[in-house]
Amino acid sequence: MPKGSVLVVGGGIAGVQAALDLANSGFLVHLVEKTTAIGGKMSQLDKTFPTNDCSACILSPKLVECGRHFNINLLTLSDLISLEGEPGSFTAVVRQRPRYIDPDKCIACGLCAEKCPKKVDDEYNLGISKRKAAYLSFPQAVPLKYAIDPDHCIWIKKPGKCGACVKVCPADAINFDDTEKEHILEVGSVVLALGFSPYDPSSLDFTGYGRLPNVITTMEFERYLSPSGPCMGHMERPSDGREPSRVAWLQCVGSRDINRSCHPYCSSVCCMFAIKQAVIAKEHAHGDFSPSIFFMDMRTHGKGFEDYYNRARKEGVNFHRARVHSVLPGEEEDSLRLRYVNEQGETCFEEFDMVILSTGLEANKQTVELAKMLELKLDEDNFVKTDVFHPVSTSRPGIFVCGAAAEPKDIPQSVMEASAAAMEAGRMLAPARWQETVVKKYPLERDVHAEVPRIGVFVCHCGINISSVVDVDSVMEYAKTLPDVVFAQTNLFTCSQDTIDQMVNTIKEQGLNRVVVASCSPRTHEPLFQETLRDAGLNKFLFEMANIRDQDSWVHRDEPEAATVKAKDLVHMAVARVRGKGALPYNTVKVKKSALVIGGGMGGMTAALSFAEQDFPVTLVEQTDRLGGNANKLYRTWQADEVQPYLAETIKKINDNPRIDVRMNCQVEDVGGSVGHFTTQLSDGFSLTHGVAVMAVGGEAYKPEGKWNYLYSKNPNVHTLLEVDQMLIDGQADFKQTAQAVFIHCVGSRIPERPWCSRVCCTHAIDSAIKLKELNPEMDIFMLYRDIRTYGQRERIYQEARAKGIVFIRYDLDHLPGATEKNGKIIIQTHDPIVDGDITLHPDLLILATAIQPRQDSGNLSKFFKCAIDAHGFLLEAHMKLRPVDFATDGVYLAGLCHYPKPLEETIAQAKAAAARATIVLSQDEVPAESITAMVNEAKCTGCGVCVTVCAYSAVSMDEDNNVAEVNTDLCKGCGACVAGCRSDAMTLMNVGNEQLMAAVEAAFE
Amino acid sequence: MTNQTSWEPKIIAFLCTWCSYAGADLAGVSRFQYPPNIRIVKVPCSGRVSGNMILSALKSGADGVLISGCHPGDCHYISGNYFARRRFGLFSNLLDFVGIEPGRVSFSWISASEGEQFAEVVKTVTERVKKLGPATRLVKKLE
Repeated sequence: MPKGSVLVVGGGIAGVQAALDLANSGFLVHLVEKTTAIGGKMSQLDKTFPTNDCSACILSPKLVECGRHFNINLLTLSDLISLEGEPGSFTAVVRQRPRYIDPDKCIACGLCAEKCPKKVDDEYNLGISKRKAAYLSFPQAVPLKYAIDPDHCIWIKKPGKCGACVKVCPADAINFDDTEKEHILEVGSVVLALGFSPYDPSSLDFTGYGRLPNVITTMEFERYLSPSGPCMGHMERPSDGREPSRVAWLQCVGSRDINRSCHPYCSSVCCMFAIKQAVIAKEHAHGDFSPSIFFMDMRTHGKGFEDYYNRARKEGVNFHRARVHSVLPGEEEDSLRLRYVNEQGETCFEEFDMVILSTGLEANKQTVELAKMLELKLDEDNFVKTDVFHPVSTSRPGIFVCGAAAEPKDIPQSVMEASAAAMEAGRMLAPARWQETVVKKYPLERDVHAEVPRIGVFVCHCGINISSVVDVDSVMEYAKTLPDVVFAQTNLFTCSQDTIDQMVNTIKEQGLNRVVVASCSPRTHEPLFQETLRDAGLNKFLFEMANIRDQDSWVHRDEPEAATVKAKDLVHMAVARVRGKGALPYNTVKVKKSALVIGGGMGGMTAALSFAEQDFPVTLVEQTDRLGGNANKLYRTWQADEVQPYLAETIKKINDNPRIDVRMNCQVEDVGGSVGHFTTQLSDGFSLTHGVAVMAVGGEAYKPEGKWNYLYSKNPNVHTLLEVDQMLIDGQADFKQTAQAVFIHCVGSRIPERPWCSRVCCTHAIDSAIKLKELNPEMDIFMLYRDIRTYGQRERIYQEARAKGIVFIRYDLDHLPGATEKNGKIIIQTHDPIVDGDITLHPDLLILATAIQPRQDSGNLSKFFKCAIDAHGFLLEAHMKLRPVDFATDGVYLAGLCHYPKPLEETIAQAKAAAARATIVLSQDEVPAESITAMVNEAKCTGCGVCVTVCAYSAVSMDEDNNVAEVNTDLCKGCGACVAGCRSDAMTLMNVGNEQLMAAVEAAFE
Repeated sequence: MTNQTSWEPKIIAFLCTWCSYAGADLAGVSRFQYPPNIRIVKVPCSGRVSGNMILSALKSGADGVLISGCHPGDCHYISGNYFARRRFGLFSNLLDFVGIEPGRVSFSWISASEGEQFAEVVKTVTERVKKLGPATRLVKKLE
């Protein structure tokens, strides 16, 4: 039997996600973090693209959950020293440095830091501000415990010299005798989430970084913008604290650069990072603000990115296609002068108040050292080596990797990989599930039904997200005047661990029996606060949120007074609503431990295997007569691995696995039930019950038409990329007679009808061009492109293509290439922006890189499981940043092209992630069911039967003997259709009755 | 009580949890600005909203009421928004009969991905109610 515990190294968003997924699916997790707190780079960000979510706000609930999870053993200030053994049974030695403050005693009052006389550079704020030798890295830190920095503490350097902290600490928590500890951990598998380091531009003299004070990096600017940063969220430039109005971003600093001490690869995230900063900075600015971004290729290749780019252009962000030659001191005081060559080839000078360097991501030193110790292979850029078909596996079995440690990538991709790594790490330990874990026990709930309401109101500043618009203190004072409110206070971040812990105490001390939190959206934060109520011995339904951020401060930015009035109304409405609420039962549903996977492509098959290999039965539904989906049409990956052998091997595994029931030529016809127990009817007459479902329904290629037709299906020498792949798979064509080939990129992508980037085509087209060049080195190849988007290490094949003499010519939407035909010969006319002239090409082969679009029928499929679709027809995940494989509907997950265009490696990772998330459900015996259900007042019921007719779940029926309606709460989903339909006011929805709703409405007018 | 120049209407919006409330949140994260006259009441489904609730809102002093749910076919509860649509079709006849101006009560479909549309709907509804002036027909006055 393998061990039932996993070691996760790295406490950034990837490590936290992997730890939570593992701990929630039955494993004990040791989470090792080298600093004093978890949160990583994401915690240092102000906002995240493309949703502009407050980074700390969306991250905080995960950190808190991690911090108080019974099955996560959090080891901060710790490093993995050695790892012996084999998959299923490793012995890890973790060395924990002393904190010098006893975390069990520390109450995070901050007196130690206040009195500490030693000031040092604050590395969390990247040295922009100072902290003390006794410190807390950020306000929402988990664990929320101070630490003493031994490199700077006066006492530790010279015992007896200071000791100010000892004198003031009210909890007697300072312990200078603290020593290093060694933890010997028996684990079955290991997940590495080691993150990245930002590139240090100090050696790039042309940037002026380090010499000119108003040249900073994007990470530094992020701290300037952050409400918990050194400027409290006010945009200031370093030299004089003045608000800058002309700001330039320089892209690709340290990336895509084969000269100097830089990296050849693309760092993937910096284009969106810079656009987001420009947009957010514009929001922060009080006067005129003119942001300019200097770039080579704009790489907005992710979901929602191209829309964001288009919106930024509309809102006045200036984009210059130029690589800046040098940053010079400007003519005004502390200003900066950029020298660059514009697209017309003219040398330009432009003056700015501040310059921000989009520094890339690089492998951090610790990763390299740790990899050496663990004997893991690294790639040529020092990232942990993985391969396309095994995107989270390292070279050593039992050790998995996720996030930016394997390649530069953004947060959703890191989160996806974290879940995928959790899948792999847990799969091999499946027999030991729940062997080493403990079950969380809540305190006995206080019976409050006979008590007079005692309501506590917590009003959140959300850093400055709310308080920069809404007068939070006056809202709090107003709350105190409301009926039955006995307690009200404001918090900087209500979701931080200290506030959560304090809320538990406040509920107990003040004898609160109802709680209102006025902050963000219940859609993201209600579960966290409800859990807090349970920890305090209150039923979690005695809770209400007032959404004064997403639906107030963020949407009434220029009307602070009206926004404050509205916030008061919203708090009043929430108080009125919670006043009439009562405790509800925690209903559960027994989990049917099997999965349904819809779609037999690479995503669906990968998900199906992930379930089956953990011994969960799977039904795999494929609508055609062939497994493999779009992967059948792919020749090779960008790393030159052939796809067909791997595909054949996967199909064989599927067919050989007795746990997988494959149903071909089959479709879903109807779905009932909910998480834990769905009932699905298939078109072949078969019906099944299953606990979870994965949608992997794929996407389809755009057929070139209209002005994007380019003689397709008219001239025999015009093909799409997939058709060329087919020729290569068949091995028939040798292309020896092809003297010239032209590729046209973005055929049908990035246009008003399909305003997204199809993500894979640049890489695919370039790889195909390289293959053609391999087959026929004499061939002339021209690539007509808009922006080359070979993100991450795919940049290498772009460089290879250029080195091989493949010619890249840019076009834009005002100068589309044209195709005509003369005597069967193709003629391409295009405009070359570099020579500023038209050129004519006579290719023997024209290849079109066509868009990927959602399948026409995926909208219908999504309806079966009540899944949302986005404006472009792709399936819409629960949260674009942190829940990239979940749907808002519990128990249903997604993977592959139906989510967004993506290459094979990302589909495989996403499918494994979907399986990991679903496994959380399948590993439980029961899951929570709807608690808010309908109830009949039999004295009022007239037996008219309207409720029976309107109920979509057959949860209401007639008790014929007494001629009254009755509700089957197991079937009731709590929609309230019966309540609205009832003519005699006999039907109510628990806690969402007319009395609670109308009390809220009336409160808006009092 | 109100003078016409400074008068601002107050509008109650019953939004379904799954689509329109999420759309309102998206308007927030995307920072689409809209008039601050709206007070949102989250309900599980647009089908949860009865005519009685709308009348009660007007009686309490609302100058306008907006009910918004998922697009037809997208209802999280299968058919709730169809019931809502039918109910409000009938209900608007009643409003007309009792002398409530058309435009006081609006109905819309807004999905979880339609933040911009949400902001637009709020703008339109607020403008429309502003033109109608304060609602007086149903307001309960205690004198």
